[in-house]
Amino acid sequence: MNFPLIVQYGLSGITVGSIYAIVAVGFNIIYSTTGIINFAQGEFLIIGAMTAISLYQIFPLWLAIALAVIVTTILGGLMEMVFIRPARDASVLRLIVITIGLSILIREAMLHIWDEQPRYLPYFTGTQSSTIAIFGAYVSLQVLWVLGISAVIVAGLTIFFRFTLLGRAMRACADDRMAACLCGINDRWMVTLSFMLSAGIGALAGCVISPVTLTQYDMGAPLAIKGFTVAILGGLGNSMAAVVAGLLLGLLEAFVVSQFASAYKEAVAIVVLLLVLVFRPTGLFVRREIGDLRAA
Amino acid sequence: MMRLRRYWPVAAIALAVIVVQIVLSLAGTTYYMTQLTMSAYYALVVIGLCLLMGYAGQASLGHAGFFAIGGYTVAYMTTVNLLAYRDTGLIRALHWLGLVVQWRNLYGADVLSFSPWPAFLAALALTGLIAFLIGVPVIRLKGHYLAMATLGFGLIVYRIVLGTKALGQADGISNVPPFHLIPGLEVNGRSAFRIQNYYIAWALVLVSMVLAINLVHSRVGRALRSIHQSEEAAHSLGVNTYRYKLAVFVLSALFAAVGGALLTHYNGSIGPSEATVMKSVRYVAIVAIGGMANLWGAMLMAILLNFLSLRGVFGTFDDAVFGAILIFIMLFAPQGLLRLPRLRSLSSLLSRRPHG
Repeated sequence: MNFPLIVQYGLSGITVGSIYAIVAVGFNIIYSTTGIINFAQGEFLIIGAMTAISLYQIFPLWLAIALAVIVTTILGGLMEMVFIRPARDASVLRLIVITIGLSILIREAMLHIWDEQPRYLPYFTGTQSSTIAIFGAYVSLQVLWVLGISAVIVAGLTIFFRFTLLGRAMRACADDRMAACLCGINDRWMVTLSFMLSAGIGALAGCVISPVTLTQYDMGAPLAIKGFTVAILGGLGNSMAAVVAGLLLGLLEAFVVSQFASAYKEAVAIVVLLLVLVFRPTGLFVRREIGDLRAA
Repeated sequence: MMRLRRYWPVAAIALAVIVVQIVLSLAGTTYYMTQLTMSAYYALVVIGLCLLMGYAGQASLGHAGFFAIGGYTVAYMTTVNLLAYRDTGLIRALHWLGLVVQWRNLYGADVLSFSPWPAFLAALALTGLIAFLIGVPVIRLKGHYLAMATLGFGLIVYRIVLGTKALGQADGISNVPPFHLIPGLEVNGRSAFRIQNYYIAWALVLVSMVLAINLVHSRVGRALRSIHQSEEAAHSLGVNTYRYKLAVFVLSALFAAVGGALLTHYNGSIGPSEATVMKSVRYVAIVAIGGMANLWGAMLMAILLNFLSLRGVFGTFDDAVFGAILIFIMLFAPQGLLRLPRLRSLSSLLSRRPHG
């Protein structure tokens, strides 16, 4: 494999990898505040993209995407208020099964609304064939959009969690719910907010990747599996590690596709998931002793 | 006396099975029996999963994978054509042992393939082995880790059957021959064998129920329930929690494999749709609606929901119905539909709580 080819595969790996990272960050936001894994996380991306595609018929692109993100954010909040909040005291297993049910319902609803045709948003700038050359590799302009927006999402979230009052309140809740309550933080609202936040960033990621991978009603579940793999790889709840893990998985997939039949691409993430679950369920970036304490 | 009481639902169901057959035959609507037979085979998967989820408290989102391994193994072994190797020593030996059989398929071509019995036993052995190998690392995991790991396993099985040429890829395997259990009894989907197969399937369901009930009431069953309630407490009392969980995992996989193998013979074919995650989720939904630790509830719901689904009652909302059921049950009736206050009197008639 020559150098430009390596760059080519590397860039495509980083592109999908950054989307996996965003899905994983969405998992982490909800996991830290509630301790549950939201199986419907992948569906947020598809709802966002599909809504934007439909709105694009009427509105300019930027407005369609903005509205789609808002709609998905509201749906995420509603989902929590209607389905998760009433079962607040239920076991984690019950809550997970509820999110599995939700992902099926959302998927089936999307099938009836948008049928099974793949749809797509237009390229944000230029067309399908406009590329720039980097180290001899051809890169679509949309790839730069994906990377840029992913970086903005991660940076924005970091600032939000670190420097704003609301973000700190959410972190306090994730850390110790009881103590946060005693400090006057409304913990229920924080859980709703975490669902809204991960729905919102999911929708944005779904829109920005749509021109490249197209959007189909049943693409949510595979994305969720990969996002979960990445979240586990980085250690559940650790968003910065998830970004690194996302890029790693993306690169791994890209190079497996370059060497083997593309049919195996889907299996890569699952094999990685099983290996990590068996050997290091606390993630790659946690020292073993700390990991054992957490898993206990 | 107490022991006999445990089995009276078996007698009641057996009676109901006979009554239903007579009514359907008299009404001339024997075609319902086809779906009832298929539902019975799916019920086997649910009974096994109920032991794992309801009693041992371990979730599995990969049981369609075990069903598919069972089904695909018998389908492959009974349809693979070994005619070209007829004169090799191994095949001669197998022939002499009666393990392979020569027959003529739908297109009139001669086929030399494994007979159903060795294929069936091989399917069970293979499923048991895979379940064991997967279970050894995976069953240590808890909660959503276990759910995701079994989901991952199910997805891999799906990818393999979809991508392997020998397994027919998207078309699956068809022309699977009938399964002669003993002379005079065969698992065969043709309408002439409808009543016979209805009874074969239901006999199997009842035998499985008796096995499962006995297991639940044995020392093993008590150990499993103690694991479900508190793994630490069970462990501290000297229950080897890991070994019990692993054993139930393998056992429930075998239940799924039996269902898969026999349904494949009955339908004469199997396709990748049997291995999808949605199928696994369905089985979980059925166990949940039956009340998790409630074998009779799970079995009845398996029959009811699969029958309705196979009859096409839910139309294009088939998957959505199962998703909605999952949410509804988990939100409002985590003890299962039969334990809702209004239905409780009915439930006490239908099912003595197996433990209590």
